[in-house]
Amino acid sequence: MSSVTGVPTVNDGEGPDGQRVPQADRASTGRLGDRLFGGAATASGVIVIAMVTLIATFLIIQAVPALMNNQENFLTSRVWSPGGEEPGFGILEFLWTTVAAATIAMLIAVPFGVAVALFLTQYAPAWMRGPAAALVDLLAAVPSIVYGLWGLITFAPFFKPFQGWLESTFGWFPLLAQTGITGGTILFIGIVLSIMVVPIVTALSREIFGQTPLAHKEGALALGATHWEMIRTTVLPFGRPGVISAAMLALGRALGETLAVTFLVSSLPNGAAWTWSLFNGGETFASKIANNAAEFSSPTRTGAYIAAGLVLFVLTFAVNSIARIVIERRKAFSE
Amino acid sequence: MAKRIDVTDLNVYYSAFKAVEGVSMTVEPRSVTAFIGPSGCGKSTFLRTLNRMHEVIAGGRVEGKVMLDNQDLYAPNMDPVAVRRTVGMVFQRPNPFPTMSIYDNVAAGLRLNGVKNKKSLDGVVETSLKSANLWNEVKDRLGKPGAGLSGGQQQRLCIARAIAVQPQVLLMDEPCSALDPISTLAIEDLVSQLKNEFTIVIVTHNMQQAARVSDRTAFFNLRATGEPGRLVEIGDTTKIFNNPTQQATEDYISGRFG
Ligand SMILES: Nc1ncnc2c1ncn2[C@@H]1O[C@H](COP(=O)(O)OP(=O)(O)OP(=O)(O)O)[C@@H](O)[C@H]1O
Ligand SMILES: [Mg+2]
Repeated sequence: MSSVTGVPTVNDGEGPDGQRVPQADRASTGRLGDRLFGGAATASGVIVIAMVTLIATFLIIQAVPALMNNQENFLTSRVWSPGGEEPGFGILEFLWTTVAAATIAMLIAVPFGVAVALFLTQYAPAWMRGPAAALVDLLAAVPSIVYGLWGLITFAPFFKPFQGWLESTFGWFPLLAQTGITGGTILFIGIVLSIMVVPIVTALSREIFGQTPLAHKEGALALGATHWEMIRTTVLPFGRPGVISAAMLALGRALGETLAVTFLVSSLPNGAAWTWSLFNGGETFASKIANNAAEFSSPTRTGAYIAAGLVLFVLTFAVNSIARIVIERRKAFSE
Repeated sequence: MAKRIDVTDLNVYYSAFKAVEGVSMTVEPRSVTAFIGPSGCGKSTFLRTLNRMHEVIAGGRVEGKVMLDNQDLYAPNMDPVAVRRTVGMVFQRPNPFPTMSIYDNVAAGLRLNGVKNKKSLDGVVETSLKSANLWNEVKDRLGKPGAGLSGGQQQRLCIARAIAVQPQVLLMDEPCSALDPISTLAIEDLVSQLKNEFTIVIVTHNMQQAARVSDRTAFFNLRATGEPGRLVEIGDTTKIFNNPTQQATEDYISGRFG
């Protein structure tokens, strides 16, 4: 805050002989309220960091012995038999299923969610904005099991012929090769996940698009920008960091989604050859762990699942870091 | 490159509220016309009708006629986007695009017009920044964000951005009200230079500024709050300031000076 004359109105303290002198940083530290609040905030921060570190440490401690016993290559093997004398486990299949399904979900949800948010903030008639926004926020809060049910009961029958058409038309393309599985294929799961996370992307993007300063928009319009050009030059760049954050939250939800996925996936038939096809079944990290929680009988078994969970942790962390870097690099250009 | 504006019997509404009533005036090409008047009398509102920016505000509409030379700005087949490319605008608060570099800010209008050629962009960016008296201050940091400049520099950047598309008319709504006296003088000098090329309309609350930069002055007033604003008189700046025909003008000007 500064007054009209440009003289700062806060951060001033009394000088020794009564005149006002600016005290930039240490403005009001030392007062009881500030000390209390500062202390509480610092403590919360420290606790959060400590907890994340402890969780990571716990996961690593549990996972390492199991990994030492592992007879297979953890990252490149498709075998999963963590029990017995000679445990062997590799995560390739879950990794592929998880990453492929989450990628499909993002590829659909981010553009679609952004488009809906743009419509709601920039195009929709004023009477529609409030109710529509409330509806989207509501959808974002619907428990995932509901999306799972909807996918299984309502969406699956429609998806089946669509998959058949894709297989017969683009079957030559390895990702779309026919597998004989028709229920919960990776593509199907990806689409259900995308529908689940679209409201998240929309709700957050709408929030930030709506905050684009009128001055920027008018600046573009006064230059002779059309409505869409105005959006492209001001609303989208202004909203970019927010959209990236929204996508990260959505990705986190898609990667970790358990319930919906658990009862949608079809597992591979016994003995069937595994392929990269998106029409394969298979488990994601989250569904695999959830489905087998009852099996955590020996430290090695448990360790194997925890190691898989750790990969999920690292994956999320990596994607988030990349997003952070992207935002930081443009920071000077986004006030 | 400069056009005359002829306004006949213009009323401006915000939904049902009549904000400006019955304005008729002529703005001469290659001259500076200043709008003065008390707050809320519709100067900004009227100014924005000269490039149809009032249509951006929900409920904003006009009755009457605005001619740019012999083009009717409100003809049914007239595209507001085309109007704004011909009649540029500078706002009260400097509003460079924060996500763009200095260079990209100036080039923005041209890029909207489909100019891609790097060489011609370079050329226009340089001449526009020079015309805006900003080139020497920013030529070594064209790639830096425009929002990193001082307020006065940002306002000159916005002027450079507006003149880069070679408009016929430049509208300025209190362009100096957020600036310090030195930056204000820089902008005033700039306005005096730019009038050789453009028709300029400037809204100001600063009488001295109106007296310094403008050739003609228009005084707006409203009879009472809630009434629409009206044009009281328009004439040569020296005449309006020294020998106005209307008592209201005299009161307003002497009040401010006194
Ligand atoms: N967006 C709007 N919606 C409704 N009424 C508006 C809007 N903008 C301005 N008005 C009204 O129109 C009238 C004229 O306002 P305007 O902003 O044009 O005045 P002004 O002469 O530019 O004042 P100032 O010198 O303070 O900038 C005022 O009564 C104002 O309340
Ligand atoms: Mg105004």
